[in-house]
Amino acid sequence: MDSYYKPDDLPRFPEMGKEAPGLWEKFLGWYRAVFAEGALTEREKALIALGVAHAVQCPYCIDAFSRTCLEKGADPEQMTEAVHVAAAIRGGATLVHGLQMRAHVHRLSM
Amino acid sequence: MARIRTLPTLDRRGHPLSSSGFQRAALDALPLAHAFHDAAAEAAGGPLRAANVEVLQINVGKRCNQSCRHCHVDAGPDRAEVMPRAVLEACLQVLERSRIPTVDVTGGAPELHPAFRKIVTRARALGRHVMDRCNLTVMRLACNADLPGFFAEHGVEVIASLPWYARRRTDAQRGEGVFEASIEALRALNRVGYGHEGSGLLLQLVTNPAGAFLPANQSALERDWKRELGRRYGVYFNRLYTITNMPISRFLEWLLESDNLEGYMARLVAAFNPAAVSGLMCRSTLSVGWDGSLYDCDFNQMLELPIGSSIFDLAAGRADLAGRAIRVGPHCFGCTAGAGSSCGGATAAA
Repeated sequence: MDSYYKPDDLPRFPEMGKEAPGLWEKFLGWYRAVFAEGALTEREKALIALGVAHAVQCPYCIDAFSRTCLEKGADPEQMTEAVHVAAAIRGGATLVHGLQMRAHVHRLSM
Repeated sequence: MARIRTLPTLDRRGHPLSSSGFQRAALDALPLAHAFHDAAAEAAGGPLRAANVEVLQINVGKRCNQSCRHCHVDAGPDRAEVMPRAVLEACLQVLERSRIPTVDVTGGAPELHPAFRKIVTRARALGRHVMDRCNLTVMRLACNADLPGFFAEHGVEVIASLPWYARRRTDAQRGEGVFEASIEALRALNRVGYGHEGSGLLLQLVTNPAGAFLPANQSALERDWKRELGRRYGVYFNRLYTITNMPISRFLEWLLESDNLEGYMARLVAAFNPAAVSGLMCRSTLSVGWDGSLYDCDFNQMLELPIGSSIFDLAAGRADLAGRAIRVGPHCFGCTAGAGSSCGGATAAA
């Protein structure tokens, strides 16, 4: 294996159903239901997915949901803002842990 | 008002893709999962065949004041092909002798044809519904400043191209300066009554994706467009049509240059929707080329896949086109992907 991530693996995702078809079908059914139009539009869900894809740093998900966002009518400005939301939450999550650091410092310091 | 930036056509550049044979060879060489002929036959229960002609689509030539990057016609200011008078007369004879209810005038920019207004006037006098495929910016030419009034007077349905409701994506596809000029033209059409419910003057907008992806849901986009064009620019319209970009001519050039061709075609094939086959526009359209040759659709016209008869044959009663086999190729997957695509927008539920 020359690389951990290969673009050609994305369309092979269904191969994950080979050893556990029952679980795969359950996953697919739930996945489709999650992304269907509901209280949120398909476009809003695609933008959330794009942000989460960046937060979990999954290149397959970024590839897939960049296209999905465009095909649901999102524009690059909206997609960029979604990535900023993900980045802000990651950044904020890091920063808010600083309170733990401060608590430890307070406990250990005179 | 800013100048509209245009680029030389494939034809002017002497690009290999200016040859339809070269384009067909590039598409035929792609390793697709299915042949369109087989996919359509399975969905339709047999080979694709023409039904009654509902639309006579007249392509009056390749001259255009724009040179859009996705243009399947390779139209532009440097193209010289213009439909001769004899072909126009034959088109009108066919209308007189038939019951084809709708005339769809396209190009290039059809309004640049010297006899454009005559075609519209005579087709309307025959009681036919007339649609004009308008690039909007053609109205900024001094000779066309009165076009909105002419359209309104003759009850022409205006089908206007506008890829997005903001400048950047529109200009990226259609040329610098196009968006601003398009908004001005839409306002002029609104001023004479177009786009207002109840006026009877229909203004439809057409959007193509600005890249190698499928169009979004038509009704969802229409809601956004009505809200945003109204809020941002005070512009109104009736319907939004989403049209899939066809891998032909300048869009094919861009797909090749950007290394997107194989992936885009695989996307079109994977998104094949059997429900879109029955509503394919080629089944109810007759497309006339500038030289009078007949085709199943404007895309087959640009790939030079003719029916084998001319408008003169049809006018003389020498052509029987009913039930003819439609000529198909890999490009046809563009009309069956997702919600389907036609000159009238989506054709099926995705």
